[in-house]
Amino acid sequence: MKRTFLGEFEEIVLLVVAGCTEEAYGVTIWERVQEYTGRSVSLSAVHATLYRLEEKGFLTSEMGGATAERGGRRKRFFSITNYGNRALQEINEIRQQLWQAIPAEKLQPKLSFS
Amino acid sequence: MEKAPQHHSPPRWIDRLLTIIIAPHFLEDILGDLHEIYALHARQGNTRTARMRYLLASVRYIRPYFMKRKPRTYSPTYIFSPAMIRNYLKISLRTLGKNKAYSFINITGLAMGMAVAILIGLWIYDELSFDRYFQNHDRIAQVWQHQTFNGQVGTQTSLPFPIGDEIRRNYGADFKYVVMASWTNKHILAAGDRNFNKNGSYIEPDGPEMLSLRMIHGTRAGLKDPYSIMLSESVAKAYFGDANPLDKTMKVDNNLNVKVTGVYEDFPNNTTFREASFLMPWQLMIIANPWLKTMEDPWRPNAYMTFVQLIDKADIDHATARIKDIKKRNINKEQLKYKPDVFLNPMSKWHLYSEFKEGHRVGGRIEFVWLFGTIGVFVLLLACINFMNLSTARSEKRAKEVGIRKAVGSVRNQLITQFFSESFLVVGFAFVFSIVLVILCLPVFNEVADKKISMPWSRPEFWLAGVGFSIITAIIAGSYPALYLSSFQPVKVLKGTFRAGRFAAVPRKVLVVVQFAVSIILIIGTAVVFRQIQHAKNRPVGYSRDGLVSVFMATGDIHKHFEAVRQELKNNGAIAEMAESGSPTTETWSSTSGFEWKGKDPEQSVDFWFDEVSHDYGKTVGWQFVQGRDFSREFATDSVALVVNETAVKFMGLQHPVDEPMTWFKKPYKIIGVIKDIVVNSPYAPARPQFFCLSPGQGNVINIRLNPAAGSSASLEKIKSVFEKHDPGSPFEYEFNDVAYARKFFDEVRIGKLTTFFSILAVLISCLGLFGVASFIAEQRTKEIGVRKVLGATVINVWGLLSRDFVILVCIAFLVATPGAYYFLNSWLQKYDYHTTISWWIFALTGLGTLLITLLTVSFQAIKAATMNPIRSLRSE
Repeated sequence: MKRTFLGEFEEIVLLVVAGCTEEAYGVTIWERVQEYTGRSVSLSAVHATLYRLEEKGFLTSEMGGATAERGGRRKRFFSITNYGNRALQEINEIRQQLWQAIPAEKLQPKLSFS
Repeated sequence: MEKAPQHHSPPRWIDRLLTIIIAPHFLEDILGDLHEIYALHARQGNTRTARMRYLLASVRYIRPYFMKRKPRTYSPTYIFSPAMIRNYLKISLRTLGKNKAYSFINITGLAMGMAVAILIGLWIYDELSFDRYFQNHDRIAQVWQHQTFNGQVGTQTSLPFPIGDEIRRNYGADFKYVVMASWTNKHILAAGDRNFNKNGSYIEPDGPEMLSLRMIHGTRAGLKDPYSIMLSESVAKAYFGDANPLDKTMKVDNNLNVKVTGVYEDFPNNTTFREASFLMPWQLMIIANPWLKTMEDPWRPNAYMTFVQLIDKADIDHATARIKDIKKRNINKEQLKYKPDVFLNPMSKWHLYSEFKEGHRVGGRIEFVWLFGTIGVFVLLLACINFMNLSTARSEKRAKEVGIRKAVGSVRNQLITQFFSESFLVVGFAFVFSIVLVILCLPVFNEVADKKISMPWSRPEFWLAGVGFSIITAIIAGSYPALYLSSFQPVKVLKGTFRAGRFAAVPRKVLVVVQFAVSIILIIGTAVVFRQIQHAKNRPVGYSRDGLVSVFMATGDIHKHFEAVRQELKNNGAIAEMAESGSPTTETWSSTSGFEWKGKDPEQSVDFWFDEVSHDYGKTVGWQFVQGRDFSREFATDSVALVVNETAVKFMGLQHPVDEPMTWFKKPYKIIGVIKDIVVNSPYAPARPQFFCLSPGQGNVINIRLNPAAGSSASLEKIKSVFEKHDPGSPFEYEFNDVAYARKFFDEVRIGKLTTFFSILAVLISCLGLFGVASFIAEQRTKEIGVRKVLGATVINVWGLLSRDFVILVCIAFLVATPGAYYFLNSWLQKYDYHTTISWWIFALTGLGTLLITLLTVSFQAIKAATMNPIRSLRSE
């Protein structure tokens, strides 16, 4: 694997951003991540991951869409880059290959009598 | 559209903290998201949980990742990097070097001001620390008394002989020590072949302990034995060199043998006892003067000093209240009319606050402390004003520099630092220079001010004050260019549209007015002080001072052979006349109260100056008779004759004073002559009644009128040999009357000299400043002058143009200064009974003089600018 390593949480966040149909920003991504994983995640963790992904080039962002609730502050909309797309696909491919390699009987749940 | 649901915004303080913590490039969307979630929670549940969750969410952002600031796109400007600091210094030095005249004016002006301030500060410190040398200075007090004479309350330190014992016996509870002491007088002190007149006093054995003498040899108990003496270090050295003087024998006044029992460190110059170079036991004085024990009325004469040290808990006011009537309880009934009130004067007030008028403390030397303190502050102020004035005057010139620096990429902070470093550099140089000046001036200053001040190198307060002041000056003086100039917009400055506002010059003008007002006040003050001294010096003295010499006698040897000595000296042509008297001509050491005359109110308490003289005294000193005659050997009745002065006649209200009978302590006397008033004691005080009578006893002083035909040094040689023949034990010491008379003016002459010194400096500093400002203004108006000259202005026109402003300023300063000067000087003069008046011409002359100096200063620049070839100034564009 010559590519940049993606952590588990990073991968989830990147996938969430990729899967968003409307414009994705901090709050929506945070909600989706919690929704999909069923875990309680702090906003700061999501933010930190988003920025890090952007730094690594998997995401880009642009500012826009201020609301009164936000005190007139703009949102940072994230979208996935081609590089990000390829990274996800590669991960997917690698996983697929790994899945294929597993012998069918091993996937059967074992009975244990201990 | 649905109305946005009302919700409270999250806590402000958290937002504020986050703004500080989170790096700016993250801030907007993070805060926005947080707020959005808060709004969500607030809608779902109550506000409190929303707030709580907001806080928890916010806390999670405190981590390095969010705090780290994004690196800037441009390299940062270094303001305090070593390279920049070196650059600031280098540029500052170059700027100073480039404007040599400016730097010179600035540094010398400021250094002079600082030097004056340091000198005055040292002087004030010395005055304020007077008598602090004594360990118990806060517990020691001197006993004083108020007495009423001639209808006025007088205050004195002299007290009766038995008062010490009385205080100890009946009022001792408040006092740890009660110490009687004599005045510090000259005594002949001999050891081996060394024989000098030295100042010393008799003091009771507790004295050394009370004064916490710092002993070098022996102990403080050295005065217990009546035949002992304690020497100061310098006296011990003068007699015994480096040998240990303990137990050596010395002879006092040629008749008392005493043993050295201790050597103490000399009293410092700033102590009351500085004159006392040796101390002798009180008992010794009683042995030398046995009549002290057999006085008929020991409580009548006041001749001794009394010092006390309070016990630790005692309150000085209570102690005063207790001893207030001590004299009234002991004196004769008839002396009660003098109303003697005894009180304690604490040591902390001796030096600075011991002037009394009508029984009340009215100040004292503290006035000089205030006077010189004010002068010091003002001179320093003048110097600082110069500094600021020059910087503002130069500002327009440096505006271009600011423009270019900014265009090249300088940040404002760099400019500020640049200007401040320049001003710090100048102040730093000035401070060093001022210390050099102080070191150079200190010996002269000490002499003029009669001080022994040394540089307090090791005192942190001194450095703290000096450096602190320098920093403040540098900041104040540098703030204008640093903060104002650095805010210019480069485009405006470089295009030339920059104009200092119409009122930019107003503060500068005010400062010039202040400067000159202070200078004018100082000049007028100096003039008035000298006028007053001259006025008093010109006062008719009532006798002749030329060639009049006094010799103070400690032994009776000359008195025993007085006629022989007189004849011998007259025969060899050394003297014209000589006579004995109780006091020197310039002073009067005794006064008496016992006179009664016809028509005197029996209840009236009088106190007349009084002196006992020998025959020919009048001839010797040159009395000027108004009526009657001098004492004469031809009349045996002259032993009860009196010569009085004019004021005495006026005071007693006698129409025909000659042959008027009087009584002195019930004994009949008769006035035989009236003389013109003689100036004794203070030359500023009005004359008081003065009486002279003949006495066959030994006088304290021998008055000698040198032979005017012979040279005085040759005559004095002859007198010396004759005196030493008859009185071999006493060193021959004499004093010219002129010298003694001049000493009366010592204080005033000292003030005069100091104020002269300060006013010259003030004027110099002001002129330096004016010169600097004038040069900058001339420079600024170069083009204008060029155009004017091209259009036909003459040199005079241009000169007038440039000088007019300054002349107006000086005139305003004069108008401001004169009322103040008049007020202060008038109240100063009122303190002297015999005083000059402030004439208008002093003001006129000062005004004209200042104007002249101003014109001279400004003209140099004005004429330089006016004679310049206009082509030179106009060509450049």
